[in-house]
Amino acid sequence: MKKSVGYVFAAGMAAVIGSAAPALAQTQPAKSPTLEKTLKAGALSCGVNPGLAGFGMPDDKGVWAGLDVDLCRAVAAAIFNDPNKVKFIPMTAKDRFSALQTGEIDVLARNGTWTMQREAELGLLFPVTNYYDGQGFMVRRKLNITSALELSQASVCVQQGTTTELNLADFFRANNMKYEVIAFATSNEAVKAYDSGRCDAYTTDASGLYAERVKLTNAAEHVVLPEIISKEPLGPAVRQGDDVWFNIVKWAHFAMVNAEELGVTRANVDEQLKSTKPEVRRLLGVENKYGEFLGIPNDWAYRIVKHVGNYGESFDRNLGAGSRLRIERGVNRLWTKGGIMYAAPVR
Amino acid sequence: MSVIGDSGRPPPPSRRKVDVKALSIQFGLSLLLVWLAWEAVGNVAENMRARNIPTSFNFLGATAGFDINQSLISYSATSTYGRAFFVGLLNTLAVAAIGIVFATIIGFIVGIARLSQNWLAAKLATIYVEVIRNTPLLLQLFFWYTAVLAPLPGPRQTLSLPGLSWRMPEVGALMAAAVAGSFGFLLFAFVRRQLRRTNLSIPAYAAAAVCTVAALLFATLGPKVVGLGVSSGFFDLYTGAYVFLNNRGLFVPAPVLGDVGFRLLIVIGASLLGAMAFAYWAKAAREERGLIFPVGWISTAIVVLPALVVLWLGSRSLALDYPQLRGFNFNGGVRIYPEAFALVLGLSLYTASFIAEIVRAGILSVSKGQTEAASALGLRRTATLKLVVIPQAMRVVIPPLTNQYLNLTKNSSLAVFIGFPELVQVFVGTVLNQTGAMIQIISITMAVYLVISLATSIAMNMFNKRMALAER
Repeated sequence: MKKSVGYVFAAGMAAVIGSAAPALAQTQPAKSPTLEKTLKAGALSCGVNPGLAGFGMPDDKGVWAGLDVDLCRAVAAAIFNDPNKVKFIPMTAKDRFSALQTGEIDVLARNGTWTMQREAELGLLFPVTNYYDGQGFMVRRKLNITSALELSQASVCVQQGTTTELNLADFFRANNMKYEVIAFATSNEAVKAYDSGRCDAYTTDASGLYAERVKLTNAAEHVVLPEIISKEPLGPAVRQGDDVWFNIVKWAHFAMVNAEELGVTRANVDEQLKSTKPEVRRLLGVENKYGEFLGIPNDWAYRIVKHVGNYGESFDRNLGAGSRLRIERGVNRLWTKGGIMYAAPVR
Repeated sequence: MSVIGDSGRPPPPSRRKVDVKALSIQFGLSLLLVWLAWEAVGNVAENMRARNIPTSFNFLGATAGFDINQSLISYSATSTYGRAFFVGLLNTLAVAAIGIVFATIIGFIVGIARLSQNWLAAKLATIYVEVIRNTPLLLQLFFWYTAVLAPLPGPRQTLSLPGLSWRMPEVGALMAAAVAGSFGFLLFAFVRRQLRRTNLSIPAYAAAAVCTVAALLFATLGPKVVGLGVSSGFFDLYTGAYVFLNNRGLFVPAPVLGDVGFRLLIVIGASLLGAMAFAYWAKAAREERGLIFPVGWISTAIVVLPALVVLWLGSRSLALDYPQLRGFNFNGGVRIYPEAFALVLGLSLYTASFIAEIVRAGILSVSKGQTEAASALGLRRTATLKLVVIPQAMRVVIPPLTNQYLNLTKNSSLAVFIGFPELVQVFVGTVLNQTGAMIQIISITMAVYLVISLATSIAMNMFNKRMALAER
C-alpha cells in the first residue's frame, strides 16, 4: 500500500529523472562512468557552499576560493591539468544531496558532515575527511559566560536542516537544559538574527563560527565558547557505485596531505621531480604508474601540487594564518605534528 | 454529438451505434493513459531506488531529533517526523486564520477610506495601497522582521509596560467594573435611541466615557461596598509591571482558569445558542409584526454578560501566570514571538492592500441611483450602506476576496526566511533535509496546500451563494 502511494507521488518526476537514468545506473569495474562524463563535459561539476568563508565562497573578483573549492580544483587539476576546469554549483544545505544523487553534480565538496545515515540511507560515500570539525557556540562577550553549559534558557539561532540542528537538540537534551531554537533557511539569516540580538547564541561547526564572526557588525564583541559538542568530520561526498571515481576524489586529497608530509610545496614541486626520495618520486609519478589504474595521467599528484598546493598551503591560504579567519590548525595538523590528518601512502 | 443535426432528435439506432464507437475509442485512450502513468511511476520509483532516494513513507514514524520553538501541540525532539508535520501544519493554519481576519479588517477600512470625502484619509489610503502592493512581499517580511526586532532591547534590558497586578479579589472588582460598564453602555444606547426619536442626539463617545467612569468608580468602591474585604482600591491595580516587551517577544500574564474555564465554556455555549434563538425570533417579529430591535447590542449582551457573571463569581479561584526573567529569557505567561508577529503583520498588511482595492471596486460597482433611491425612501446613511450598498457590493467582492485569502495562506510559506516554524519551514525544510524523502514530502505539502485552498474556496463559495442577490 505504502509503496503504491509512493509510486503515485513519484509520477511527476518520471520525465525528469527517467531521461538521465540509463547512463548512470550501470557500473563497470575498470572504468568510471563519472570520469568519462566529466572528460566529455570538459569540466568537473562540483557542488560547493554558496558563501562560507574558508570553505567555499567567491572572492571579490568572483573567483571561487576555499578549502572545499581547492579539493575540487585538485580533482580537476589531476584530470585536466587545469584547476579552472571546474563548474562550481552553489548548493543550499537542503538540496545538496539530491543534486548529487540525481547526477547534477559529481562531487559535493560543501563542508558536509560524514554520517552513517548519509552513507547508508542516502547511498553516498565520503571518501575522506578534509577538515576535522566540531560544533560550537558563539555568544556575546558581555554575557560573561565561559561554558556552553551555562546556556540554559537561551535562545539559539541555527541554520535549519543540518546535523547542527540535531546536535543542538541532543546537547540540550543530554544536559537537561531548556532552550529555544530559531531555525532559518540559510546561515546568512541565522547570523543576521543573532547579530540583531534575537538570539543569545549562534551555533554551527566551529570553523563556521570563525568564518561567520568576521561578517558580524562588531566581531570583537563575540566569543566562541570552548565546548565542542559534536564530531563533525567534514569531507567531500560522491555517489555509490563508481569506485574508481570514489578513489580519484580520495587520492586527490591524499596527494595533498602526502605532499605536505613530504615537504613538497607549490614552489618546490618542480625541483622535487629530481628528488631521490622514493616516496616523493612515487607521489609525483616519476616512479611507478599508479595514476593510469585510475584512468588519470601518472603525473596527477604533480599537477595537483603545482596548481593547488599541498594541504598545509591550502589550509593556510583559506583558513589559517594566511587568511582573514586565522583558525588554529588544531587537530587538523599532520599526524607527524600532533594532529590526526593522515593519508595512506602512495605505493 | 455531431450526429445530432439541426433537426434536433437523432434516430435512436444510429445514436447507439455512434456511442459504441466513441466509447471504444475513449476506453482505448483511457487504457493508454493508465498504462503511461503506470510506466512513468514505475520508472521513477525504479530510478529513485537506483539512486538510493527513499521511496516509502515510513520516515513519518521515525524520531525527529530536532526542536521547534513554537507549537500548538506538545512537541519535543523525541517526537516523530509525523508530529513535526502537524506542528507545522497547525502553525500555518493559525497564521493564515489570524492573517485573514486582520487583512479583512484593514482591507475594508482602507478600501472605504479610499472613497472617503476626507482628503487626507483618501490620500493616505491611496499611498498605503500603492506602496504595499507594489513591493515584493518577501522584502516586506524582512523589513517587518528587522523593524520589529531592531528597536527592541534584549531581555535583560526589557521594556516593562504598566500591567495589572491581578490578585484574586481584584479580579472580582474588575469583573464587577466590566459588568457595570456593559450595563451602563446598554442603558445609554437605549436612552440614546429614545433621544434620537426626539431629534436630540448625544455623541457615542460621551456615552462610552460616562460608562467608563461609572465602571471605574464601581471598581474602586465596589469591593468595599459589596464587602469582599479588599483594603486596596483601584489604583493599587496599577502598581507592578507585568507585561514585557523585548526582542524575544511580547510577554503578558496568562489567566489560569482552573475549573472556572469549564463553567465558562458551558455558559458561553449556552448564551451563543440563546443569542441565535433571539436573533431568529427578532427576525420573525420584524417580518410579521414590524417590530425592530437593536439585535446586535442585545445579542452581544446575551453572550457577554453571563460570561462576566461567571468570571465574577469564580474570581476567587482565578489566577494569573506571570512572565518572569529566568536566565536568558522570560518564562511563563503568554508569549507572542517576534517571528510570528512580523509574519502576521507582513501578510495582513500586504493582503489588505489588495482587499482594499477589491472593496473599493465593489462599492463603486453599486450605481449611484441605488443610494439615491434609498435616501428617497427615507433611509438613513448607515441603513443605506447596510441594507442597500453592502449587499450589492458583496456580490462583486467575495470571489476576488477568496483569491486573496488563498494567496495569504500560500504566502505564509515565505516564513521560512524569518524563522517562523510553519509547514514549509518545518517539513520541507528540516524534515526533508534530515530524511532525504524529497518526493514524498513535496507531494504531501502540495496536497496539504491544495486541501486548505479547496476548503477555503468551498467555504467562500457557500458564503457567496448566501450573499448573491436573488435573481428575478
